[in-house]
Amino acid sequence: MSHLIEQAKFSCALGGLQTVLAIDKGIPIVHAGPGCAARQFSYLGNGAGYQGEGYAGGGQISCTNSTQSEVIFGGEKKLRATVEGTLKVMNGSLYVILAGCSAGIIGDDVKQIACEFADEGYPVVGVDAAGFRGNNYAGHELVVNAIIDQYISYEVPKANVEKGLVNVFSVVPFQDAYWRGDLYEIKRLLEGIGIKVNILYGSSSEGFSEWMNIPNAEFNLVLSPWVGLSTAKKLESIYKTPYLHVPVLPVGLKETSRFLRQIADFAKLDSTDVEKFIAAEERRYKNYFVSFGDLVSDFGCYLPYHLYTVADSTYGIGTSKFVIEELGFTPKGFYDIDNPDVKSKELVESLLKDIDVRYEGNIVFEGDNKVIQNDIEKKLDDSKVRSLVLGSSWDKEMVTSRNESILVRLSLPITDRVILNKSYVGYNGGLTLIEDIYSGLFADGMITNTTHADH
Amino acid sequence: MMSNRLAQSEVTIRENRLKSIIYYSGKASELAKAHGTENFSCKERSYSQCSDCAQMTAATITYFVRDAAVVVHSPMGCFANTPLNDTQFRNASIERGQEPDKVRVICSNISEKDTVYGGVNKLKEAITEAVKRFSPSAIFVHSSCAAGIVGDDIEGVAIDMQEEYNIPIIPIYCEGFKSKIWSSGFDAAYHGILKNLVKEQPEKNKKLVNVFNFLGSDTFTPLLSKLGLKPNYLVPLADVERISRMPEAACSAHICETLGTYVSSVLESEFGVPKVKSPAPFGIDWTDNWLREVASYTGTEDLVEDVIQSEHERIAPELERLREKLAGKKIYVFAGDAYAHNVGSVVSDLGMELVGMTTLHHDMMVDSKETEDTLEALVKKNGDIENFSVCNKQPYQVLKILEKLKPDVMIVRHMNMTILGGKLGIPSLLEGETNISAGYDGIITTGKRLLALIETKGILKTLSEYNEFPYSKWWREQEDPFYFEKGEKA
Repeated sequence: MSHLIEQAKFSCALGGLQTVLAIDKGIPIVHAGPGCAARQFSYLGNGAGYQGEGYAGGGQISCTNSTQSEVIFGGEKKLRATVEGTLKVMNGSLYVILAGCSAGIIGDDVKQIACEFADEGYPVVGVDAAGFRGNNYAGHELVVNAIIDQYISYEVPKANVEKGLVNVFSVVPFQDAYWRGDLYEIKRLLEGIGIKVNILYGSSSEGFSEWMNIPNAEFNLVLSPWVGLSTAKKLESIYKTPYLHVPVLPVGLKETSRFLRQIADFAKLDSTDVEKFIAAEERRYKNYFVSFGDLVSDFGCYLPYHLYTVADSTYGIGTSKFVIEELGFTPKGFYDIDNPDVKSKELVESLLKDIDVRYEGNIVFEGDNKVIQNDIEKKLDDSKVRSLVLGSSWDKEMVTSRNESILVRLSLPITDRVILNKSYVGYNGGLTLIEDIYSGLFADGMITNTTHADH
Repeated sequence: MMSNRLAQSEVTIRENRLKSIIYYSGKASELAKAHGTENFSCKERSYSQCSDCAQMTAATITYFVRDAAVVVHSPMGCFANTPLNDTQFRNASIERGQEPDKVRVICSNISEKDTVYGGVNKLKEAITEAVKRFSPSAIFVHSSCAAGIVGDDIEGVAIDMQEEYNIPIIPIYCEGFKSKIWSSGFDAAYHGILKNLVKEQPEKNKKLVNVFNFLGSDTFTPLLSKLGLKPNYLVPLADVERISRMPEAACSAHICETLGTYVSSVLESEFGVPKVKSPAPFGIDWTDNWLREVASYTGTEDLVEDVIQSEHERIAPELERLREKLAGKKIYVFAGDAYAHNVGSVVSDLGMELVGMTTLHHDMMVDSKETEDTLEALVKKNGDIENFSVCNKQPYQVLKILEKLKPDVMIVRHMNMTILGGKLGIPSLLEGETNISAGYDGIITTGKRLLALIETKGILKTLSEYNEFPYSKWWREQEDPFYFEKGEKA
């Protein structure tokens, strides 16, 4: 993985502020330079299909706007005033201080300051999220773990386990542009088999009360190859809560049914109820699937059949597995952009090879989309095959100008689509992905059986 | 010969050089009266929402040079707003009749290790990679908070590598923590350009007028061609050669004093290019005066009065129609210092009621002392503005102003701020593309855009109905939007 970046696929650790915004009435307080919060919003808000400021984001984010005097004399005094102001002006359920590069280098103790407010009874947490500490996947984990360490573990020191209650740690809000729809679907599926879900983010969540209920879960579900694992391990050590690690995000019928059975098995649910839910979902799904069969039967020789994926390991593996297993594509390249550690890289590689042995030699870990683009470009030029690229708005020109290939915008940045409740997860997400892939056949005009599929 | 103003590596930040402020509340006339004084200080409020930084403004100058590259020596977050830049560059090129272009930018992606051991090697690697990937005619190197505090010697690296690659490598000192005024980043970028790229031009082109602007459409050609003159658009969308030859122009103008104050002043004092001292050409009389002054530097005085008269006659019928439709509409302007004054001049000509104005900072002086003060000019033209304030964004404060003034429409220059109006059901004209509001046609264009806004505001009514603000009951009931400026603590 090259460390230089021409085309960004992620932001820095301070991007964790968007995780705070994803919590109902979560209020970030940024202790950083004057431009830092605006950049995060630009990439993770506007760049995620025009997800705006919402309740308390964008230009409304409290910030110390640290300049020379804070860098020279320390910024703790100004931070205290900013926290006091925020508590007075902004209604929130939880306030998270995030320190950026300047505070990180000079060594302001944000945790200590958060602690002072927490001692007075305010729900305030402090995180060193300096940009140089890592990308926003790291920033997301820092924020979640700090909320548990600094607030929840004090307020709820002992678990009072509730049978059937599960915390879900999965996609990273905003970095997954479809997080709102995805979490809604995950919750719908789990509730469908009789599980009570703390989904934690977005309006599918009941709010911060769900977070306070985290210690009481029967088990934690980590639905991603690595993001969230550190949180599950932390909760295991604090509350002895067991966790189930499901690295493949379920997309489409086969994987979603497998996923639900795996959960049911782990949670020892009554299989009759579970199978009843699965059967109803599958019946509905199959009806949809069969109904678009005419199109793919008519135009088999014009369908794309090579697959390239540019995404993080969570979303990329889930969607690719579906496209290969149910839609019959041939994998040609998997470009993992989330910079997993060595152990997680091994897991990602083995998961992909389990999906399809043809992934061997076609897995790249890379943070610069330009480097990725050059590689795909060459492969498309060599193969001359109409392909599907699960990528981002960066790739539009490169993909659509080669072999009439089809781009589905899967990962950030997404700047030429508006995203509200769309999702590619679960039964419903699989169907949506089918719509978007095959609608791509008409992006340039109409194909008909009498015009040799020309426009 | 390196002159005095360009001898230093860096230009002094605005709060020290221009005594700029980020807070004021009162009458416009009172602030205008204080022009040139140090009666106000750059005091901060005790509670703030997020601002913007100098690296962002430096980017608006340097990212769009047609054959240059930019290395941003920073962690990834500082680089994270680049995805839309390609589209901006392409669309703006097409709008100007140029070949579509894309940005050439690379981030050194500073990590924790680099903050301990220094990031100089990474910077060198990024410069080498930029040369390899883009074969640029010049490279701008942006510093950042992390690089600045750690103390990476970007100037040393630039000098070394400049020799190695034989192209100008230009350090831009735009660290976000340096200044409370994000416009300091314009000056930082121009300073680097003036110091390292711009060359004395013995041959002058009497027909060429420098126009410092952003990525904007070509509205100055129709305006200047009537005097037989040509605009020399700088710096975005120009190439390195054109930038280096900017002293050959007959004079320098700009679309906004805030943007062009430093560069046009240095061009005048160090390279002998006269600066146009009238306010930028926004609104009828400001455009008249601007044209007259441009004429005085270009030997076209004999033409200018006829041009002005025929332009007035040309736009009169359309202007009359717009004035009838916009009569009595209350407007509020929320934009960056002098540009807000420009917009005020335009809406004054459209016969609208300017109920209030908030500028994002205020320069208490400008770089060339003889320059006419745009705020004073606006007060003279429009009459006093009772509800005038200076505020570096701060939607929590501006919300209270809007609730009190209840404007029909807003003109806003910055992204992320129109939503504040939107949540109140008030439509905003986002002035992203500043050039189209300039000149005589700019008045007509602005009027038409404002009318369209009033037609599309239905969706905002729904937005305001569904919205919940995060602000507390205590804050909503506070009388004074500027509570936190009065030395009050929370």
